[in-house]
Amino acid sequence: MVPRPTKRKNRYQLSDPRALHIMLIPAVLLTAVFSYLPLAGIVMAFQNFRPLLSFWRSSFVGFAQFRYIFTVPGFLSAMRNTVIIALCKIMLSIFVPLFISLLLNEFRGKRFKRYVQTTIFIPYFFSWAILGGILIELLSFNGIINNVIESLGRERFAFLMSNRYFRAIIIASDVWKGMGYNTVLFLAAITNIDPTLYEAAMVDGANRFKQLLNITIPGIMPMLVLLMILGLGGILNAGFDQVLIMSNPIVRETIDIIDTFVYRLGIESQQYSPAAAAGLFKSVISMALVGGSYLLAYKTTEYRVF
Amino acid sequence: MQKAITAPRRVFLGFNYALLTLLTLTCILPILHILSISFSSSAAASAGRVGLLPVDFTWSAYEYLLKKRDFFNAISISVMRVIVGAIVNMALIVITAYPLSRQSGAFAKRNLYMVYLVIPMFIGGGLIPTYMVIRYLGLLNSFWALILPGAVSIWSVIIMMNFMRGIPRSLEEAAACDGASHWRILFQIVLPVSLPSIASLLLFTMIGHWNSWFDGMFYMNNVDRYPMATYLATQIMSNNKNMTNMTPEQLALLARLSERTVRAAQLFISIVPILVVYPFLQRYFITGIVVGSVKE
Repeated sequence: MVPRPTKRKNRYQLSDPRALHIMLIPAVLLTAVFSYLPLAGIVMAFQNFRPLLSFWRSSFVGFAQFRYIFTVPGFLSAMRNTVIIALCKIMLSIFVPLFISLLLNEFRGKRFKRYVQTTIFIPYFFSWAILGGILIELLSFNGIINNVIESLGRERFAFLMSNRYFRAIIIASDVWKGMGYNTVLFLAAITNIDPTLYEAAMVDGANRFKQLLNITIPGIMPMLVLLMILGLGGILNAGFDQVLIMSNPIVRETIDIIDTFVYRLGIESQQYSPAAAAGLFKSVISMALVGGSYLLAYKTTEYRVF
Repeated sequence: MQKAITAPRRVFLGFNYALLTLLTLTCILPILHILSISFSSSAAASAGRVGLLPVDFTWSAYEYLLKKRDFFNAISISVMRVIVGAIVNMALIVITAYPLSRQSGAFAKRNLYMVYLVIPMFIGGGLIPTYMVIRYLGLLNSFWALILPGAVSIWSVIIMMNFMRGIPRSLEEAAACDGASHWRILFQIVLPVSLPSIASLLLFTMIGHWNSWFDGMFYMNNVDRYPMATYLATQIMSNNKNMTNMTPEQLALLARLSERTVRAAQLFISIVPILVVYPFLQRYFITGIVVGSVKE
């Protein structure tokens, strides 16, 4: 009698692996429909797309739509605004929380630290629909900020219609909304610094400021570099929903960004193909930037997203 | 033994204390101001007499909202959205993260699936093609347009996956030796152990659904179908458009005519659920963020 070959399975494959594939079916299907199908829909950027003709029967026009969008008034200024706003946001949303966390670190007591961390995190959880409403109320012509300005004996000022200040308002409010998040990140990095370094420094007679310069800052440098590199990927993301909520036609020249430009062109003026072309133009550059920044982050700090 | 605090350091700490307190006030006072406007009389609010405490305390803004059908409607859509969306998202996060948390030795196609799911993080079709897909699928004006497009949230899947990887293998292997299927391992071993991270992802998902407003505006043609956040957002946006071609005098007039107290009440009502879950959230988020973003 021939001995039956023992069916010795791989140590890891005791359970039927088909179940694993079945578990992934819903995610694969949903991603196909809602992520890959729109990706295929990009063809409309190369067409003269008519919704009634669908993707199949709309005529192809090559790169004509891309040439066209550069002639649409406002596109170039939207590009410039996007980069300016995003760059300021990226830089400030790193350095402001860095500053806050360094200040917080000077306190010995836990309670005040905890109170600050908890409170400055609150706006992070509010949507721009809420924060936009609050900010507009505060900054409006007869809002509380103008009341204070008037009580100080100055003229009321229409902040919401000022091309001079609106960009700064957009940037500052975004930094304010997100400051709790990066502060916690930096504080975590500071806590990870070896305490014996500080003890050694104290023995050598270094004061708090010298300790800050020579131990704390170098200690959180990797985190700082990482955040800056990852931020680079977002240079074309200036905050779509924030700008959409807060902008108005008067300040459009200084705060209109590519995303809001695409939205207006596509949905409000129904120029679907040019809008898709403008969107594609942005996402190709963005993809290169994000990919490049992840690669750079991996090369310099070994940070891996996956 | 602590060294005595020197005078310059005392000045520095005092300054530091003041600055940070000021910073926290910028996060608290605006909410307080909105709250007190919503409880003030219209006259006081439009005259700008309201600071941090209600003037001529009244419930009238809230009473008015109680009778406003479309506001109620928007809230009920939001509640539905949060419940259904949280269930769908969490179910997908769990059953997607489990297979991806297996080593590729145990699950040969794991990396292939991973790449497939991660690519959309880098490139998407963009606003207009996505709109067209939703339109051709017949989802415009449908409740599911608020749920399905964002149902697979790959960031949360990755966080969950990383958590599941940290669970000791021996538990699962023992179960597998006893003949447990992957479903059983997932629901009876992995899931109970993962409850803390599921709880924090759940809270984030719920807040995400409560807060998102753009999809509602984008996919719904009808105000009746707007969730709360979209309802608020479109109101703000239409006010912005109207106010731009007015003189300061007209603006002041508009503020007097428009229901400033009602707007404040709406804002406050949509803040409340977030403030309610915040203490719970806070227990998780600090560790959650750090685990999610800093990997050794």
